[in-house]
Amino acid sequence: MSGRILDIASNTFREAVRDRVLYNLIAFALLMSGAAILVGQISIGIERLVVINLGLTAVSLFGIVIAIFIGIGLVSKEIDKRTLYTVLSRPVQRWEFIIGKFFGLAGTLVVNAFFMSVGVFAALFYVSRHFQTSDGWVLVALYFIILQFLIITALALLFSSFSSPLLSAVFAFALFVIGTFAEDLRGFAGLTKGIVRWLATGAAYLVPNFSALNVISSVAHEQPVAGQLILSNTAYTLVYASMALCGAVLIFEHRNLK
Amino acid sequence: MSPSWRITITASVLLVACLTGSVLLLRGIDRERSAATLEEVLYISSPTLLKRMSLGYDGLLADVYWTRAVQYFGDKLIRGSEHFDLLAPLLEITTTLDPHLLVAYEYGSNFLAPKIPGGAGQPQRAIKLAEFGIRNNPNQWHLYYDLGFIYYMELGDYANAEQAFADGAKVPNAHQVMRIMAAKMAEHAGNIQTARLMWVTTYQTTLDPNVKSNAVAHLNALQVDEDVTSLEGLVSHYCETMGHLPQSFSDLAAANMLRSVPVDPLGHTYKLMPDGRVEVRVPDDLPFIEKGTPIGYIPPRMPKLPPVK
Repeated sequence: MSGRILDIASNTFREAVRDRVLYNLIAFALLMSGAAILVGQISIGIERLVVINLGLTAVSLFGIVIAIFIGIGLVSKEIDKRTLYTVLSRPVQRWEFIIGKFFGLAGTLVVNAFFMSVGVFAALFYVSRHFQTSDGWVLVALYFIILQFLIITALALLFSSFSSPLLSAVFAFALFVIGTFAEDLRGFAGLTKGIVRWLATGAAYLVPNFSALNVISSVAHEQPVAGQLILSNTAYTLVYASMALCGAVLIFEHRNLK
Repeated sequence: MSPSWRITITASVLLVACLTGSVLLLRGIDRERSAATLEEVLYISSPTLLKRMSLGYDGLLADVYWTRAVQYFGDKLIRGSEHFDLLAPLLEITTTLDPHLLVAYEYGSNFLAPKIPGGAGQPQRAIKLAEFGIRNNPNQWHLYYDLGFIYYMELGDYANAEQAFADGAKVPNAHQVMRIMAAKMAEHAGNIQTARLMWVTTYQTTLDPNVKSNAVAHLNALQVDEDVTSLEGLVSHYCETMGHLPQSFSDLAAANMLRSVPVDPLGHTYKLMPDGRVEVRVPDDLPFIEKGTPIGYIPPRMPKLPPVK
């Protein structure tokens, strides 16, 4: 990674921290400690399950909301404040700006997810009084959640490179929802015929596949995650996020900033 | 005091006052509205639709619905309700959202199957739930046990109970009692010994203190039922032999029919009534007993379960 990309990334990270993005950790801590203490009193036999399900769901949803709402403003905010012109008047390429922004926000989300993961494991230890081998699969689920963040961040940047913040947020959130139905979409496409089938299948493969990146329920039941799935999901995320970033770079390169 | 501080203090006091006022008003509104209307609503009753709407976070939603089912059942039980209309739908939603949530099958079938007031009196829905659990978790012998338990305890259906225990016995690492239970069902052994074996197995194979406590209460009840039957038999025998009813258990001991004054599982002595019936001293402490209760006795709405260490 070039020094310029690294500088933009670290500035993006600092800006996110200055914007009090990490304050969500307080809400998360309250949520986890509340769940760990209360659930044993209002339910039966699901203390561990709730901590894992609630913890991982919160990590995922908090991160996706941050990725969308910070991601959509990464480019437009710089244009509105006119700081983009200062940056681009220096020897910084437009593509470096986009890639730097991506890594900056991805770094913020990883740091955020790290602290949340510490909270999840602390709550898990509180309810179980010990760790067990199967808790390792929770780390895999967390890794998959970070992969989700990378895709969403890249998509938010893509939309942010040509659209208004509001529309970018709508597009990114809509794609997240559609992406959770990706497997169903491919199934529906398979039921059609002719040109419709081609179009439907193409659309189904174009939307991100978030369903395969969600293994929260299975790790909560201590079911292992196949090594092949970890490799495939990693490769898919790298390819898909790169594709979205390429789109963002292409659009931003040709955008008239005057 | 500066004007800024005056505004701060005034605003703070107003904020607290408004917050208190809104809480008090809401409590008043809650009292005015029918609680039944609020709790009997299941806004979305389709488990499949809910699963789709959960956006992949179905595990957490299943936990929420399971907690709601527990709260619903507990609340109805405490109030002595005879209608548990939402219990089965709540359990079906829970298990569709998370088909591997074993606790929902194990407890859920035990909520549904027993007769009112101890349960919802819906054994057929309990069977449906247990069968759904087995289809999704075929290697969990405990679910076959629960199914056999419902057939035997609630319906007296020995053939289906035998089938459930026999199927469960084939599961890898199944408890050896499954084979014994299948054999007992084949003999149509609807007796206290079979029931005792089932509750002992339940006690030994669960880690949950509530289930253990429930099993102990049922074992105590079986013991009382057996003791009372036996003691009343002795009283009848004494009456036939002596021509009159015994005044106390000491009379039975004097006639060499008893070694000492008998005690119930909690250590209290049984009472011999003037009409020859045998009663326990504290029936509220011995839930589920079918014999030994005073005439006209009404058990408490919530069974008083013994503490388990």
